[in-house]
Amino acid sequence: MLKFSNLSYSKQRLAIIVAFSFIPLALLITFAYLPVINMFKYSFSDWNGYSKRLEYVGFENYIKIFTDPEYFSVFKVSLYYFVATFVQMGLALYFASILSFQTWFKNFFKGVLFFPSLMNGVAIGFIFLFFFKPDGTLDTLLQAVGLGSYVKLWLGNPEIINISLAGTSIWRYMGFNFIVFLGAISSISSDLYEAADIDGANRWHQFRSIILPSIKRILQLNLILAISGAVSAFDIPYIMTGGSNGSETFVIQTLDVAFKYSKVGLASAMAVILLLIVIAVTLLQRLLIRGEED
Amino acid sequence: MYKLKRILASSIKYAALLLGAFIALLPIVVILFASLKTKTEYAATSPLTPPVNWLNWANYTKAFINGNMLTGFVNTAFILLISIIGATLTGSMIAYILNRFKFKGKSLMLGAFLLATLIPGVTTQVSTFQIINKLELFNTPWAAILLYLGTDIIAVYIFLQFLDSIAVALDESAMLDGASYLTIYWRIILPLLKPAIVTVIIIKGVNIYNDFYTPFLYMPKTSLQVISTALFKFKGPYGSQWEVISAGIIIAIIPTLIAFLSLQKYIYNGFAQGSVK
Repeated sequence: MLKFSNLSYSKQRLAIIVAFSFIPLALLITFAYLPVINMFKYSFSDWNGYSKRLEYVGFENYIKIFTDPEYFSVFKVSLYYFVATFVQMGLALYFASILSFQTWFKNFFKGVLFFPSLMNGVAIGFIFLFFFKPDGTLDTLLQAVGLGSYVKLWLGNPEIINISLAGTSIWRYMGFNFIVFLGAISSISSDLYEAADIDGANRWHQFRSIILPSIKRILQLNLILAISGAVSAFDIPYIMTGGSNGSETFVIQTLDVAFKYSKVGLASAMAVILLLIVIAVTLLQRLLIRGEED
Repeated sequence: MYKLKRILASSIKYAALLLGAFIALLPIVVILFASLKTKTEYAATSPLTPPVNWLNWANYTKAFINGNMLTGFVNTAFILLISIIGATLTGSMIAYILNRFKFKGKSLMLGAFLLATLIPGVTTQVSTFQIINKLELFNTPWAAILLYLGTDIIAVYIFLQFLDSIAVALDESAMLDGASYLTIYWRIILPLLKPAIVTVIIIKGVNIYNDFYTPFLYMPKTSLQVISTALFKFKGPYGSQWEVISAGIIIAIIPTLIAFLSLQKYIYNGFAQGSVK
């Protein structure tokens, strides 16, 4: 009987390379590369997603997106999420720095700040619908501390809706950045702090000349990923508002165009643009980081 | 003077931490309050008022039964289990051959996995949907399972990192004893990868449990709903019954909370590792 272990190691090697890479590669090609190729193909067509016939229309879809303000203006919403990321990083960095030193109830604070980033997205969406609704948590809190005059229609007013949603996004994702920063900071050797203490450096000096340089790369990575995060914002606004009152993001619009209005061709062109933005940003970041290492 | 400054700095620190904890907890605590109130009590009291009876489970039973949350839990558990086992096996298999063997096309393969990280999943859904449709997997749990397996690149990285720290000498001594590569993978590599497997299970598990989009788009059938989509459906029939929605929210969060409290140490490590590419 032919047994695998009786084969020579060179034959085994070949067999195992083929066997072990087959499924992962098949999945990679089917669900990562094939969709991209198809997406480019669809983006030059007028396909509706179900008819057998598909007509190529050249760059018509792209021209429409770039010339019709209805399509391109949603990027303005991304700006809110983009700005929010800076706030989020700042908070995460602040909490990570103070919690990397001796603190009472350290584990409690660590857990409480981090837990939101593990929570279910739909649950978070609902929690903040309750938080922002008229007479909800925020309004009641403002009234309780005597700031009742600041009560607004947090999700009904197009001028502030994106600030409310971006705030929710900070609440949700801050803990993730925080824990990553905390991990990076805790890998700094404690000798450095001791030496700094002897030199009489205060906490701010220590932050600036020890912590910041050691986590610079991870900070850069996160900041630039923030751009792609901002243009691909989806969960929170979709669950909370469905994109109403001027809170529609590019991704919500793309999916609506594809699945609600059955314009798969047009939606694919939008997705291609989004993909190109994200790739450009990522490459830019890799170049910048590499440039600095040289 | 110096001492005064230290005290001031330290009070600012604790004030910031307390404020941070307050903001992180308040939105959740008010939901817990609301979930334990009766309908009339909810209407008459402010969100910040604690419930009169802390043991009023009526909303929970209503949410759990009418909201089909049991179906949600069963489906989520099934998808989680298969996806995680699959991701662990396929991820460790590909990492094993990429780390241990030199062969033609190896760097191409590694490059293909790397390049795929550049493609954000949400941009390609429009055409991924067509593929799932053609494979006739729409409205089956396999749509989600395959997508969770197929897009898993983080796992490969984590396994690759860990394999670097497992000495090749171990493989070699096993080969002297006549072990096949398959035995080496199954008996030596896989058990030693345990810490990496825990990391992958946690990261994968959190992502799958919280994912809303994939089941929403690919498995709209009610009998296939997962926790996320079951909860999302509360928006319709219970639109104004916040005490019931709140109970649903808490039910959805409880498993995460239990997992977090019991696996804290691993979760912190896992997330720090998973983010360093």
